[in-house]
Amino acid sequence: MKNRSLVSINDYTKKEWIILLDLAEKFEKNPRQKILENYVVATLFFEPSTRTRLSFESAATRLGAKIVGFTDSSSSSVKKGESLNDTILTVSNYSDIIVMRHPRDGSARYASEVSPIPIINAGDGANQHPTQTLLDLYSIRKTQGTLDNLNIAFIGDLKYGRTVHSLVIALCEFNTTFHLVSPVELKLPSYVKQHIKNNNLKYYQYTELNEVIPKADILYMTRIQKERFLDPIEYEKVKNAYVLKNSMLEKAKDNLKILHPLPRVNEITIDVDANPKAYYFQQALNGVYVRQALLASILGVK
Amino acid sequence: MNKIRKELKVSAIENGTVIDHIPTKSVFQVIRILNLDNIENQVLFSTNLDSKKYGKKGLIKVSDKYFKPEEVNKIALVAPSATLIEIKDYQVRLKKSVEIPKQIFKFVKCVNPNCITNYENITTKFDVSIEDNGDIKLWCKYCDKYTAKDNIVFI
Repeated sequence: MKNRSLVSINDYTKKEWIILLDLAEKFEKNPRQKILENYVVATLFFEPSTRTRLSFESAATRLGAKIVGFTDSSSSSVKKGESLNDTILTVSNYSDIIVMRHPRDGSARYASEVSPIPIINAGDGANQHPTQTLLDLYSIRKTQGTLDNLNIAFIGDLKYGRTVHSLVIALCEFNTTFHLVSPVELKLPSYVKQHIKNNNLKYYQYTELNEVIPKADILYMTRIQKERFLDPIEYEKVKNAYVLKNSMLEKAKDNLKILHPLPRVNEITIDVDANPKAYYFQQALNGVYVRQALLASILGVK
Repeated sequence: MNKIRKELKVSAIENGTVIDHIPTKSVFQVIRILNLDNIENQVLFSTNLDSKKYGKKGLIKVSDKYFKPEEVNKIALVAPSATLIEIKDYQVRLKKSVEIPKQIFKFVKCVNPNCITNYENITTKFDVSIEDNGDIKLWCKYCDKYTAKDNIVFI
């Protein structure tokens, strides 16, 4: 992976994902190592994403790297009309690797073409967010002991959630059985389902959350956004149908864990947080270890 | 009589290329795609000619020019039925159909309004694939979105 950009999860092979997860496990045991002391990591956030940026910066700082960058484009030369090409070429003079978040789809792929140093995509518009997929895989493996042959349920907005699409596609490599719970308006897009079919895997679609709980090893919750609905009445009808409450977890399997890419609004009630099945905050912490593994691998120190 | 009039409409060229069987509505697009509005060569074109096979057709003749396959295959997007005839000393040297290219660069716009190629000065890149109904669609190498045949806009 040395010097190779990560724009889409498919830029790396399944074998490389596993190498990264194994390395992340080592960083979890020993997260403070000054192995990147001689390196500069640029974090270019053309749109704000505090959670992702802090996770990357925490990962880099704990490994001793220095950080340069900006937190939104209004504080950078982009505001003066600089092209993405010029920003990337300039910043590449000052750093060893670029972590970039950008509001336009495809911006990270383009940056990786023009940049002389590797790019890590921290989200390009509605398109890709591969480090989220890696930390999801890490969280699933850590809580279940394996990635293979699991029953994984996705709940909520399966149409627009890019984290869902990338994770489903990645899980197709691990003989997963998929349980897809969503309102009719927000079903998983056909190109993602086609991917499941091409791998001869099973998927089941539901409109009720309750049915799926006893079957699942993982519940992957997502937020349903009001602006996704043309008709506000349709939103009012479904908004409470995909809320997970602690009382609903009685019939769940012992090994069930609840994941959520965060931020959560109301789709998981607060009383779930105390349940040992709730895993979403640890999931966010796992993001730091996965990003440490990625930075160390691409910079070639591990 | 008919035959003579047809010959007058599409006079022969000594050397060059004849692009025949172009859908009438696509003639001007073909001219743009092949950049024929910016070359020094003599270009003759016709639209709404009678065609036994297609009813109406368009035709373009370019003197003293032969196209590379990758150049001419670009027009498959708008004129998949087109035939290419290379003329040397008034004789047909080569006759071939256009082929749909595997990749397309530069001259098509990505349909995704949020694609980076619509905001920065970037050469668009697409992989071409064929749908079950035979229509082509273009997959943007940057934003991963498909542009369907009916949404193709030429830059």
